[in-house]
Amino acid sequence: MERLYNQLLEDVRFREGMNACMNCGVCTAICPAAEFYNYDPRKIVNEVQKKDDETIEVLLKSDTIWYCGECMSCKTRCPRGNTPGLIIMALRTLSQKTGYFTETEKGRQQFAIKRTIGENIFNYGYCVAAYAVNPDMHPEQGPIWRYIIDHSKEIYERLGVKYDELGEGPLRKIPEDAKEELRNIFEVTGGTDFMEEIEKHSKNKAKELGIQISETGIRNEYFTKVYTENSNRHTLNDQEEL
Amino acid sequence: MNNENNKRIWSDYQKEIADDHFFFVRSCIRQSFFPGSEQFFLHLMRNILGKDVYENPSHTTCTGIGYHTDIVPFPTIMTVVARHFALMKEAGYKNLAISCVTSFGIYTEIIETWKHFPEELEKTREYLYKATGREFDLPENMAHTSDIVYNFRNEIAAKSRYNLINRFTGKPLKVVEHVGCHYSKMFPKYGVGGAEFPKVLSGMAEAWGGEVIDYPERRHCCGFGFRQYLVQANRGYSLSNSVKKFESMKPYKPDVIITNCPGCNMFMDRWQYTVKEMEGKTYGENGQSIPVLTYEELAGLVLGIDPWQLGLQYHMVQSEPLLDKLGIPYNPADKYRTREGKEMPVPENLINV
Repeated sequence: MERLYNQLLEDVRFREGMNACMNCGVCTAICPAAEFYNYDPRKIVNEVQKKDDETIEVLLKSDTIWYCGECMSCKTRCPRGNTPGLIIMALRTLSQKTGYFTETEKGRQQFAIKRTIGENIFNYGYCVAAYAVNPDMHPEQGPIWRYIIDHSKEIYERLGVKYDELGEGPLRKIPEDAKEELRNIFEVTGGTDFMEEIEKHSKNKAKELGIQISETGIRNEYFTKVYTENSNRHTLNDQEEL
Repeated sequence: MNNENNKRIWSDYQKEIADDHFFFVRSCIRQSFFPGSEQFFLHLMRNILGKDVYENPSHTTCTGIGYHTDIVPFPTIMTVVARHFALMKEAGYKNLAISCVTSFGIYTEIIETWKHFPEELEKTREYLYKATGREFDLPENMAHTSDIVYNFRNEIAAKSRYNLINRFTGKPLKVVEHVGCHYSKMFPKYGVGGAEFPKVLSGMAEAWGGEVIDYPERRHCCGFGFRQYLVQANRGYSLSNSVKKFESMKPYKPDVIITNCPGCNMFMDRWQYTVKEMEGKTYGENGQSIPVLTYEELAGLVLGIDPWQLGLQYHMVQSEPLLDKLGIPYNPADKYRTREGKEMPVPENLINV
């Protein structure tokens, strides 16, 4: 197998984001993930810049690389022009290509994202659309969201929305030919293969754990597990309690 | 310091914003949660300011949420964005107006990548042609829709029916402005005032008579964090970061929060509900919560648009306390009706009711 570090170098985001880190820790000071998770972007950048494949493999199989929220606040602040967030994105891509993401609780969640956001892109032409946001999966949306879903047509119509119809406007139905172009782009650029890798590795993991998984959709035990499971071993407080 | 020096120093924080003929691209989240805002942006531009804004029904998601949850590879999103540039070229437009801050960040990242790595631009041209037979040019001007409203803030002020003045105290309304991280933290030169002095929302609030609050966590992320919200098990990250902001702003007694980012707007509204449910905590005055508005909703109120036409009743935190302070009349009986005026059931357990 090609060296992991070389595979990272093939990602332009890695080349853009990884210059030379002097370990000042400003990225960690500004990081919303470091505020609550047991997470330190300075440490990750420092480990990656050692170019050691064993160290990188440990990262790819860790919960750690999945704590970042990709807000990119670190990019503004690094005095040496590094972007820990971009390095994280390159590590996450490689973790999914290698299948290592299924080794940890936070990594396995990629399956849930693929089956929700990923499927939305192909089904509707949107990452998110009102009709795909189920109030049962989003209690934090509060009673207004259930109300909106229960009365979608009337509410959106009043605001001038062509709800799921062809033509201009919010929440319009994306024409079939546009969705076809989107699918072709995924096919040509490796996006389809990438999502199939997420599926393949997740199905293997489900089999290994003896948990039921379906071919499509979210009505399966593996989805519920990765979408809701929280071992409570991720935050600074959790670590202290252990 | 002489004026020339001043000009030179501040030139990095200026942004050129086109003033007409826009190719408009929508936001997945805004069209779902705040469609009244996007619709009012178009009404403001076309009917109040008399501008040309074109929308192509064939425009799809930019796949930005998929990209920032790491299920969409970089070459894929670059090509999806290139398709949007192709639609713009085919329609004869050169100025891009982007409704979403995630998309805006994606567009800036891709354009900067193509500058640093020209071979990626060439590869994208090949991918797009192979997948769709389309060709594209880069936009001449790229603005977030909040940039555009900022650009016309004084015209809006000149046409305003209400100022951001608390009519009970006669003092300016205390406004919290929250700028989405991807607006200018990644590529400061694309934002008004850059990452250090973002002026895009504070400029509007001040032009319309309000006073902007400078609180310690003003620039902290709202906590969306993409996968940190979208996966149920991670939502503590999202909530905790918003709470950090609410705790920090509370002592300054904000009357309203305005945002320019779809996610920020939704989370700062919904997390106030969640934390009230979980712990009974509120962050506004007199045990109330702080209304969270988009910049278009605020512009609409200033211009005298009916709050229910803007969709304010579809937030969790209701805006009546704010409307009362502004002296904006509203009819509670019109709040929940169909387009034809038929009465609808009233949602229960909303906040500030």
